[in-house]
Amino acid sequence: MRFQSLSIALTGSGGSGVMTTGSLLLEAAGRAGWYGFMARSAGPQIRGGEAAAVLRIASEPIESHDDSFDLVLAIDPGSLARFLAEIPLRSDSLIISDAEGGRRGDSLPDTPARVIDLPMKGLAKTVQAGRPNMIALGALTKVIGLPLAPMLEILEKILKSKGADALESSWNCVQEGYEAGAELPVLDGPLVNTDISADRWSLTGNEAAGLGAVRGGIRFVAGYPITPATELLEWLAGTLPKVGGVLVQAEDELASVNQIIGASFGGTPALTATSGPGLALMTESIGLSVCSEVPVVIIDVMRCGPSTGIATKSEQSDLDIALHGLHGDAPHLVLAPTSVTDCLFTTQWSVHLAESLQTAAIVLSDQSLGQSKAIVERPADVSFMARRVVPETFAGEYQRYAISESGVSPMSIPGQAGGQYTADGLEHNQAGTPSSLPEDHYSQLEKRQRKIHAFEFGQHWADLEGSGETAVITWGATTGPVREALSRLRERGENVRLIAVRLLSPERPADMAAALAGVKRLLVVEQSHSRQFHRYLRSAYDLHPAVKVFNRPGPLPFRPNEIIEQLHNWGQAD
Amino acid sequence: MTNDKIALQLQPKEYKSAVKPVWCPGCGDFGVLGALTKALAGLKIQPEDAAVISGIGCSSRMPTYLSTYGFHGVHGRALAVATGLKVARPDLTVIATGGDGDGFSIGGNHFLHTCRRNPDLTYIVMDNQVYGMTKGQASPTTEPNWERAKLTPSGTGINPFQPLAIALASGANFIARCSSSDSNGTARVLMEAIRHPGFSMVQVLSPCVTFRPEQREWKRSLIPAPEDMQRTPDPAEAARLLMTDEGVYTGILYVGDRPVYQPKLKSEIDNIATLDEEFRL
Ligand SMILES: Cc1ncc(C[n+]2csc(CCOP(=O)(O)OP(=O)(O)O)c2C)c(N)n1
Ligand code: SF4
Repeated sequence: MRFQSLSIALTGSGGSGVMTTGSLLLEAAGRAGWYGFMARSAGPQIRGGEAAAVLRIASEPIESHDDSFDLVLAIDPGSLARFLAEIPLRSDSLIISDAEGGRRGDSLPDTPARVIDLPMKGLAKTVQAGRPNMIALGALTKVIGLPLAPMLEILEKILKSKGADALESSWNCVQEGYEAGAELPVLDGPLVNTDISADRWSLTGNEAAGLGAVRGGIRFVAGYPITPATELLEWLAGTLPKVGGVLVQAEDELASVNQIIGASFGGTPALTATSGPGLALMTESIGLSVCSEVPVVIIDVMRCGPSTGIATKSEQSDLDIALHGLHGDAPHLVLAPTSVTDCLFTTQWSVHLAESLQTAAIVLSDQSLGQSKAIVERPADVSFMARRVVPETFAGEYQRYAISESGVSPMSIPGQAGGQYTADGLEHNQAGTPSSLPEDHYSQLEKRQRKIHAFEFGQHWADLEGSGETAVITWGATTGPVREALSRLRERGENVRLIAVRLLSPERPADMAAALAGVKRLLVVEQSHSRQFHRYLRSAYDLHPAVKVFNRPGPLPFRPNEIIEQLHNWGQAD
Repeated sequence: MTNDKIALQLQPKEYKSAVKPVWCPGCGDFGVLGALTKALAGLKIQPEDAAVISGIGCSSRMPTYLSTYGFHGVHGRALAVATGLKVARPDLTVIATGGDGDGFSIGGNHFLHTCRRNPDLTYIVMDNQVYGMTKGQASPTTEPNWERAKLTPSGTGINPFQPLAIALASGANFIARCSSSDSNGTARVLMEAIRHPGFSMVQVLSPCVTFRPEQREWKRSLIPAPEDMQRTPDPAEAARLLMTDEGVYTGILYVGDRPVYQPKLKSEIDNIATLDEEFRL
């Protein structure tokens, strides 16, 4: 079957419910046999500001926005202007809006698209407790060619908790909108697939990371609210008690990171989630985790920086601080998921690695992964679990920081008689006693480095796909559009390799050399103004191919055709 | 891990490690080390079932000198580490130790919120009204007119912090003041503090003989609180003892019954795959 997809944006203001509408549409499409994802875009207002739900529904699992949008539904005409940069339109794109939907005098911005009026506000008034966004949902269902049955199923599931009246009025609105939609042009949608046998899931990157953490064995979480990581903490707060764990709302990020160090010292795998400002506060204590060899996992759901930056929008600009933000020589792990679903795998693997290697792992997710909801096939179970090396018996004097061949030393857990020691952020000897002797410093530095560098990480260090003399190297969320660009090229018979780096620290020189073997041209794609990833690659690896960098800061996502253009116009300065 | 074990009666010295303290001869912290080992022995807490957590400072070196589990972290964060440990491992006896700079300056926010949260911890602050380890700067508890610090040569001019009054106002459940020169008295207070549920705040006036030699005379200005006023459950009475101008009272100045923070750690589901249902379309 040919790949098909539809890109739809819903915009609204003042609590118009576009996120709920988008989410319902996405999940109903999932029930009807589709895949897709929905990104959230919001302005700075806490409540009532403009918001956009940016959806793509497709015949196969997807991880990227398309180049432009087929359909925009603006609940009120004024709400579209703020998002125009994020919603490229064509002359055959369709905007559905309600001239009466907003304040008097509000109008749609100028675009090349066709505009059709739908009196959503007026129609909502004909339904008891009706709401324009539910009229919109019905109209969209019709316009994209989705059957009504899965929509009812999803409404029943989502609105169950709101009571029968809420469900009835929503359902009446959807039906009303569906009828009104019959008057509107039907898009040549992709919606012909009806394979609903697959075990489909709907989850956000933040939920996926939370599930990966819990599956990996995390049972203690401390956190301080920060956009866009809050939902990850909130999901864990609801889930951990079910599995015998706990989340503590800490007084600040200094407390969160130190609380998880305390819990982990006590033998409980522990994690925190934050965003750039919180990561900056935590860095001193992440060094403590490294030096005292108490494993912890820190998820940074990145947003635009520096400082408070743009709290609600995505960027890949915490790479520098994650790699180099710790004082002293503090080898630790830095990993990054390459898609919404991969937030699960990468987090679970990070838990496993941090625990196995008794060190800190920083996981770099971002707003565009964390807050996007995707319809995917059930993520595969993986066997990576928290498994710490703990001594079983204590013969003679226990040496917590014994110099071992692998660099990992068995770690006793409070309660174990004979295993008492003091974990220390001061440099120490093998027993853990503070020491300023050069030989202790060298040997402990060496041990902490060796355990990470000598570890066999295996194939998961990067996603490697395709072949050919040209390669694109990227990381994190930009992997989605790169992957789609390369698959479009492959369909046209052009082979380009993908190197999406999941393990950013420690570096893997031999693996990278193998991945780059035969590559003559290398395009670096990253979402950072100062080309942090490019600088990282230059310092960590021997890059022999001709290198070109395609970078820009957040928040605008990369689109597949932009990457194709970069490859095709190789010689042109970007 | 404490369940079926017979608690051995150990001698106080068995709670000391083999590591020789870095402290200056005569430092008050030796007295606190002695008192703490007596309290642990007195309570028959097995060394492997106790964890002593600290930040950075002379006083924060305490865990290394004990035979219990210990954690010597970064400056100011002992209470956060201790809270995480206690919440995750309620079976352990968790004690935090440190200095006035560590606890009330850089760690001030954790101090407020640990009092407020009220986990079952004991916090021993060796207050010497100076930063010992960094060689004699003013701390939050230093008098405003102390002019011997090079960093504040004309004195701080700032009113000192009142840790115990603040602990009371913030929600601590047990408040006491002792003197490091009274090792047995301090040990008795620590035993009660450790036994009492919730957050127990013990300020031990512990002279820094190197940077504040005048503190050797300190004990003379301390007045034991009258027996019938000690252990008051009434915060207003406790506040009077803590804030009075009559002198510096020692003893157990407040014993509360505030709710203790300890989330239950009991699994509600047998199979983690149950979590999948939430995501299934
Ligand atoms: C983040 C950080 N800032 C500053 C220091 C330097 N420092 C070490 S101990 C200390 C003060 C210790 O004073 P106090 O807690 O009163 O303990 P004392 O040494 O008097 O027992 C300072 C400022 C540090 N280690 N870390
Ligand atoms: S400097 Fe002061 S506090 Fe530090 S060890 Fe010496 S006497 Fe004690």
